Amino acid sequence: MRGASSRARARIFDRAFGVFTFLAAAILIALPVLLVIVIAQASWPALIRFGPAFILDKTWDPNLPPITFGAAPFITDTIITSLIALLIGIPISIGAAVFLAELAPDWLRAPVAAVVDLLAAVPSVVFGLWGLYVLVPYMRTTGDPLLTKYLGWSPLFAQHAGSQSGQSVLTASIILGIMILPTISSVSREALRATPDSQREAALSLGATRWEATRIGPLSYARSGIFGAAVLGLGRAMGETMAVTMTIGNSNNVGTSLIDPGQTLSSLIAINFGNALPLERAALVELGLILMGLSLLVNVVARLLLRSMTRMGATTA
Amino acid sequence: MSGDKLVVQNLNAWYGKTHAVQDISLSFPDKKATAIIGPSGCGKSTFIRCLNRIHETQPKARSEGKVLLDGSDVYQADPTEIRRKIGMVFQRPNVFPTMSIYGNVAAGLKLHGGYSHDEIDTLVIESLKKAALWDEVKEKLDQSALQLSGGQQQRLCIARALAVQPEVLLMDEPASALDPISTARIEDLIFDLKNSVPVIIVTHNMQQAARVADRTAFLYLGKLVEVAPTRDLFERPTEKLTESYITGRFG
Amino acid sequence: MRPPKRIRRRAKSLVLLGLCAVAVLLMLVPLASILYECFLNGAGAITPAFFLKNPPPPCNPTAGTTCPVGGVQDAILGTLLLVGLASLIALPVGILGGIYLSEFQDRPLARPARFLADVMTGIPSIVIGVFVFGIFYFFAQEGWITTFSVISGYTGAVALAVIMIPVVARTCEEALRLVPVSLREASLALGIPRHRTILRIVLSSGRGGVITGALLAVARAGGETAPLLLTAGFTTGSIAGLSGWTPALPVLIYQFASAQYPNTTQLAWGAALILVLMMLLISVGARLALRNKFGGRSA
Repeated sequence: MRGASSRARARIFDRAFGVFTFLAAAILIALPVLLVIVIAQASWPALIRFGPAFILDKTWDPNLPPITFGAAPFITDTIITSLIALLIGIPISIGAAVFLAELAPDWLRAPVAAVVDLLAAVPSVVFGLWGLYVLVPYMRTTGDPLLTKYLGWSPLFAQHAGSQSGQSVLTASIILGIMILPTISSVSREALRATPDSQREAALSLGATRWEATRIGPLSYARSGIFGAAVLGLGRAMGETMAVTMTIGNSNNVGTSLIDPGQTLSSLIAINFGNALPLERAALVELGLILMGLSLLVNVVARLLLRSMTRMGATTA
Repeated sequence: MSGDKLVVQNLNAWYGKTHAVQDISLSFPDKKATAIIGPSGCGKSTFIRCLNRIHETQPKARSEGKVLLDGSDVYQADPTEIRRKIGMVFQRPNVFPTMSIYGNVAAGLKLHGGYSHDEIDTLVIESLKKAALWDEVKEKLDQSALQLSGGQQQRLCIARALAVQPEVLLMDEPASALDPISTARIEDLIFDLKNSVPVIIVTHNMQQAARVADRTAFLYLGKLVEVAPTRDLFERPTEKLTESYITGRFG
Repeated sequence: MRPPKRIRRRAKSLVLLGLCAVAVLLMLVPLASILYECFLNGAGAITPAFFLKNPPPPCNPTAGTTCPVGGVQDAILGTLLLVGLASLIALPVGILGGIYLSEFQDRPLARPARFLADVMTGIPSIVIGVFVFGIFYFFAQEGWITTFSVISGYTGAVALAVIMIPVVARTCEEALRLVPVSLREASLALGIPRHRTILRIVLSSGRGGVITGALLAVARAGGETAPLLLTAGFTTGSIAGLSGWTPALPVLIYQFASAQYPNTTQLAWGAALILVLMMLLISVGARLALRNKFGGRSA
């Protein structure tokens, strides 16, 4: 009797447990679906009011009639800051990954990798604080004047009336470049470590120097993984909000110079969302929609690259 | 001594605390294939990995002794130059997956530089022919090396090693990961190759040693037990240990 | 011809490998500078008052006067409440979801759920903030919420939970997958019911990884700013529960950093110091938790 009733109880628990885990999985599916619905619905007023011109329009003016909202400057600055961040971040992070995966002796590898990874644990608002009180003053007094002095002939580094604060597209890009270091570095480190020793030895046995062996061995073998890591970094840079908001200068005008202040999709949402009237709020949500589209695209590409790497590993290892 | 391409004197090698190669002296004549046999873990792989100084690239690996190539000590020279002169084929085919078939064979030449496009073309074709792969790949030189079969990949690795015109070719159980037909092809290949370059082949397969090698050395627990012309070693071993190994009493 | 080429190659190798070592140093510089600046500017703010008082009004010191520095008591409280409630929601859902992904791989929801969880982790956190704000805004318009405002601690906690759930689920899944199948089979073969096999055997074997995932998610929530800016609001006053504007440490750092008054700026640095130390502690702890059990992944 007791055996039978405990078996029945176990069956009930099994069922209940199944239901709970099923519900949790359903939530995992429901959240992104709901997210798309809510964002689309909340941006609807702006979508119908401005149509596709929203993407190309350069004005963001909630005050003077006719009220116009256009996303072009913010899309541009989002892409520019992320690309410069990659330019800064890729050589450093991949260099560090090569050192930690290929060159460092065993006793040095684990502790240094752990310390380097701690950079990922620093909250983005702290990066912003550091950027605002350390990097921005440096750019204002030293960095920007130097750039203008030597590269001012190029419109990219020309100084304008509004660009003397040190807060600029360039400053934000530098911060982003630092913030994506741990992402790119740790993912490419894993890709490099996954390279079989036989690849290194194949190169060495042909008479390659240590650098050459690294280049035609692990760096080639892991290249799609490293590329995937860089694209993941790009995704992180595009979505980053606080550090950018605090260092980019928050100007809605389109500037030509990198040392002019600017505004990204995420920083404008952060700055304006709280005080926006309904139509502007809808337009800000539409910016969120665009940002989401950009980062989804980038993340899917990164994942495909990283997956193609695992496939290659399966065929040669 | 004269006529010996490679002379090894009192070679010792360690992996961490393991003394894998213990005081081995051995010389390798030109234009002959020498087989190195012995049970697994006897140090035969480590031994040949010392000859082109690839052993020392592993963490915690160390070696001592002399290896003379044409009379000059390998350990006094630039390792990249030594590895170019003493080529190596590994246990498993290790083609470069991101390179084409052509690119794999040309890889070493491009590293060392100083070759014109035409010279590289010629050497690539020559090496592929020597490795008995040319007929199978001549139509698809620019395709990925990964789409070749395992046996073809291993012959591609041989072609890659031959392309830099090595003076000695080391082979570390080159057929152990292949099927019988591919193995037979590799063995035929070694038989032909030794006429142009001395081959030193590590194998745990005694029949293979008997088929391809002119001389055979037997290693046991890191020590050289016996070295003799292959036929003598298998038919009239002088050491008791060799006899019990080749008759299958252990190993 | 040859020797110079060989020397060039060797030099190139040394230079490039040297640059890789320099890259590691370059990665350490910002971390060191951030820690240094936090200590330099923030350590002075860490007094008993830092934990027991609320921020003073903004103030510029003039000759002969000093500004009170005060503390961030309610922002600490707010962070604890926000992260606590978010964890209360996200950890059970995430872990149960992770169990589903790992233990019921053959069920129809597993693949889409895994894919969408990955998609979710790639969405910028500020978009999550917009999303959760949108939900509660809708609820308020429909008159479904009456006891608290749209901008409130509850909304903020839900936003943090939405960020945490997919992270917890995926790390939990990966941790459980490392548990050998033979262990499950052994347990099921003894006639132990499935739920008990999972809860007692699988979950306890994969404990290290699950805890690591949970810790990292909590840490991430604790450092989030952008979504809270949109959902939880900010106040320097004292709070009573989560029904009104609820300050969190990261939002406080942002607000005070932007305000640029000396006394509140010092509070911002103090808060940053506390926050960074907490994060470093958690991520080191997470690493240690992982080392003990399955999957002691090397660098």
